[in-house]
Amino acid sequence: MREISTKDIIKAVKDMCIDANYNLGKDVEDALRKAYEKEESPVGKATLSQILENVEISKQGEFPMCQDTGTAVLFVEMGDQVLIKDGNLFEAINEGVRQGYKEGYLRKSILADPIERKNTKDNTPAVIHLDIVKGDKLKIVCAPKGGGSENMSEVKMMKPADGVEGVKDFVIDMVKRSGSNPCPPIIVGVGIGGSFEKCAEMAKRALLRPIGSKHPNPFYADLEAELLEKVNKSGIGPQGFGGTQTALAVHIETYPCHIASFPAAVNINCHVARHKEVVL
Amino acid sequence: MAQKKINTPLTDEVAKDLKIGDNVLITGDIYTARDAAHKKMVELLDKGDKLPFDIKGQLIYYVGPSPARPGKVIGSAGPTTSGRMNKYAPRMLEAGSKGMIGKGEMGSGVQDALKKYTGVYFAAIGGAAALIAKSITANELVAWEELGAEAIRKYTVKDFPAIVVQDAHGGNLYQEGVKKYQKI
Repeated sequence: MREISTKDIIKAVKDMCIDANYNLGKDVEDALRKAYEKEESPVGKATLSQILENVEISKQGEFPMCQDTGTAVLFVEMGDQVLIKDGNLFEAINEGVRQGYKEGYLRKSILADPIERKNTKDNTPAVIHLDIVKGDKLKIVCAPKGGGSENMSEVKMMKPADGVEGVKDFVIDMVKRSGSNPCPPIIVGVGIGGSFEKCAEMAKRALLRPIGSKHPNPFYADLEAELLEKVNKSGIGPQGFGGTQTALAVHIETYPCHIASFPAAVNINCHVARHKEVVL
Repeated sequence: MAQKKINTPLTDEVAKDLKIGDNVLITGDIYTARDAAHKKMVELLDKGDKLPFDIKGQLIYYVGPSPARPGKVIGSAGPTTSGRMNKYAPRMLEAGSKGMIGKGEMGSGVQDALKKYTGVYFAAIGGAAALIAKSITANELVAWEELGAEAIRKYTVKDFPAIVVQDAHGGNLYQEGVKKYQKI
């Protein structure tokens, strides 16, 4: 067994919360620059120019890219040879979030109860997904997720007879209905298969893939490309002001499913698509 | 696409001159309010009471900033979704406001009120919150501190960047702009 201290986990999570909110990933920045080059609408181009300027200002470390610094969503892959010492893994992650949101001057957006709606004032608890994998490493991905784009998400229990056309219609309809709300240009995460909750999780996980990466199965890689082209024909454009650059990418994740089921999920990310990872 | 510099409070003449797609730089004071503050303001108007600030010609900004660092007047301060204020915005325009700043399309009731009271709805770029923060030079509490992030505050801004998205002539960039580029 390999021992990993909660002290290292706390520090890693804290640093990722701050880094993710101030420094946009290079893949997203490059995609935004490409979108700026390709955008045909003058208003859309001016909008992308402001978005790129914002990315630069944020890198100086005084102002996070967006005031909505998100729910802290963490994906953890823990090797079966790892032993957590000096405490508990989930408590350590939450402590990292607490410290990161305080020291990084990030907005605390989490309410203790969805009906009562009182703020927890430290942005905890985080949403944590844990997988046990082979090995002696601990991989943590930190993906702060804004509320505006998260609200534009849905799971649909389709009929097997709906087939791939059903998925296409669902994705395009979802993007069109979302319009300006998720702050386009967006990244569209799509989950197909699994169960109700597995499908939703896959749609979120799909947002973590680097922009420009393709699904390993050529069928789904082609479907991603086709959907991206269709989404960009919706005319929504940057911020919904009209244009040709509505999405930077469409990413699909799939899983086996029940003979009677055909679930699909769409999770949309705004252009401030934040995710950082660390391997301990 | 015209670029225009405007100052608050806005006059009817300035509001009339603004058209959808115009890139504007706003200078002067703007007032922040979200759901809770709007609810309270409408209650005051219903009772025939005065609002906590002189709303004539003013713009209301829908915002919930991140915390300010020591020595800074504000943290990142981009717009929040305006649709939540659909119910309240016509009342503010009726009371003398010349418009609002937020993100996302506002409803048909708001569009009608913009026409009736010669108002303008501006969009700030969602997720360009650091850039916007740079244009805010002062930030003071106006009313209802107990609402925390939802209190009414006055921001003094210089060249605050925004785009006219719904104008006093019935123009709606969210609909007209999208129609122009829609191919499916």
